Amino acid sequence: MKTRDLAYVALFAAIVAVLGLVPAIQVGPVPITAQTLGVMLAGSVLGARRGFLALLLFLVLVAVGLPLLASGSGGLSVFVGPSAGYLYSWPIGAFVVGLITELTWTRYNLAWALLANVVGGILVVYAIGIPFVAVYADAVTLRQSFTGSFVFLPGDAVKAVIASLVAVQVRRAYPVIERPRRAAAVR
Amino acid sequence: MTLALYVPVASPVHRAPAGVKLLALIAVSVVVFAVPTLPVVGGVLVAVLLTGLGIARLPAALLGRQVRAVVWWLLALAVVTGVVGGVASAALVVLRLLTLVLAAAVVTATTRVTELVAVVEWLCSPLRVVGVRPARIGLLIAMTLRFIPLVAERAERIRDAQAARGGAVRGIRAWTTTAVPLLVQVLQMAHTTAEALDARGADDDAPPARPPGRGRR
Amino acid sequence: MAEHSTDAVADPARGIVLTGVGHTYGSRTVLADVTVTLTERRVGIIGANGSGKSTFARLLNGLVVPTEGSVTVDGLDTRGQLRAVRRRVGFVFQDPDAQIVHPTVAEDVAFGLENMGVPPAERAARVGEVLDRYGLTGHADHPAHLLSGGQKQLLAIAGVLVMRPARIVLDEPTTLLDLLNARRVARLVQELDQSVVVVTHDLALLGGFERVLVFDAGRLVADDSPAAAIDTYRSLMAGRT
Repeated sequence: MKTRDLAYVALFAAIVAVLGLVPAIQVGPVPITAQTLGVMLAGSVLGARRGFLALLLFLVLVAVGLPLLASGSGGLSVFVGPSAGYLYSWPIGAFVVGLITELTWTRYNLAWALLANVVGGILVVYAIGIPFVAVYADAVTLRQSFTGSFVFLPGDAVKAVIASLVAVQVRRAYPVIERPRRAAAVR
Repeated sequence: MTLALYVPVASPVHRAPAGVKLLALIAVSVVVFAVPTLPVVGGVLVAVLLTGLGIARLPAALLGRQVRAVVWWLLALAVVTGVVGGVASAALVVLRLLTLVLAAAVVTATTRVTELVAVVEWLCSPLRVVGVRPARIGLLIAMTLRFIPLVAERAERIRDAQAARGGAVRGIRAWTTTAVPLLVQVLQMAHTTAEALDARGADDDAPPARPPGRGRR
Repeated sequence: MAEHSTDAVADPARGIVLTGVGHTYGSRTVLADVTVTLTERRVGIIGANGSGKSTFARLLNGLVVPTEGSVTVDGLDTRGQLRAVRRRVGFVFQDPDAQIVHPTVAEDVAFGLENMGVPPAERAARVGEVLDRYGLTGHADHPAHLLSGGQKQLLAIAGVLVMRPARIVLDEPTTLLDLLNARRVARLVQELDQSVVVVTHDLALLGGFERVLVFDAGRLVADDSPAAAIDTYRSLMAGRT
């Protein structure tokens, strides 16, 4: 990785942290935060690999004890609680958003952006976060965890729309993802 | 790193190597899931509390804050498991979650950020094979901590500028009209930062003190 | 591409030589057909925004490798001997906020030395010496982002000088500073032992310079004494609205 890639990775880890400053709406046990918007933007702007690393770096910072999550929490506790699955899903979600974005880069538009952000930023996050809750308490069935997570859907849909609108415009103004196989002459 | 959750106390728990404490945390989480009986989980919880409050002399309020963060979960899990599996299984689920959260809180509060970062670097050392330089993790963390206030500050500036011209301050439009210029600005800033680091040798393959002959990244 | 930076022998007498240099980003040409040899100790670069002068500066230490032509510094080619060129040529940026990344002043100054593989004891001594020279000793353990704008630029310069480069390129070092701090930086530049190339809009910075280049729309349009070059620049701009 070039230093520039490291800087972009650090930048998006910082952006996710700053999104944690946006006041969260507490709905039951899991807060609705703006931070998953950061998951979508990291994948959409940086692509799969760097997006993944940005969210991984963010989680490392949380794990070593910096209170960067929206609730002002941090440390190792958040990684063992029942909602930890949502946290673990973030790097993977960003990776999937980035992967779809890269694959559709040459014809990228609002529709592709929405697809990428909904699949990576919502479906992947739910697919990992929901079963994790169920692991915690044997009696909490998948179905209950699944039903419970519906409160997040409207918020997540809004975030996917915002991320997609932003991603399409940033691609025009400052594209970071490179077209596959550009001439390798310029170093 | 002043915003860390570390609580300085001169105690054997604080002095214990970070790696040992992390291993102990892993051991705790394995035990409470592998042996799900009330005496075992309850015993581990007592041990965690003794370590945190007794030996490490952490303020009870600090551990209380960590519990409050999951209080909703405790309630929800207790109700759902209680209805399906009875009081005993509800108690088990609640104790298990409490034990894990408190054990993790004790490790976090007794271990300096720099020590944990060193563990992360050590964990990443096998990645050297795929071209990741563990020493770069310190640089990544430094950059992130530097970028956080810069991003927040620029976001504020853009919002002010837009409000001054009568732009939207709420809703989806406000988000996109702020986020697009913000991202473009901070991406440029990150690019310049990378150039500045390179100008001071950040992309040198390896410090010349090391034996030469390592391949290019 | 094998590099033997330790084997590379620099010959200071040869100066900075650009031969048929052009640079394009994608389809946009930012610099075209520049051939020039710089052996003076003080060289200024002026021109309007977007004239290509920042790219020119970045060519001099290999931050940008030209898409056409070649750049050599004291006989070292920026294309093949990049590391050696970077060691020789320090670079100071316009915005110190983008340049300073480490939590404390002393750590940030030490960064370049770490990359060079300087042993810790020598590193500490050199950092202390540079901080002392620029009046930052009292701030060694302070968070770098809490310094004033002027102090930040001094820190950025200290972080480069501590590496003891033979030459220094500064890209608009006073643009973001107030009058007093700009004057301090100007004096500092004058007193540097190194050979200096400065890109600037701040014409006061060029006092005592030996040679000034004027860029316009990606081309080198004048190469003269400071007074004459500034006249050319002024008349060039006077014709535009």
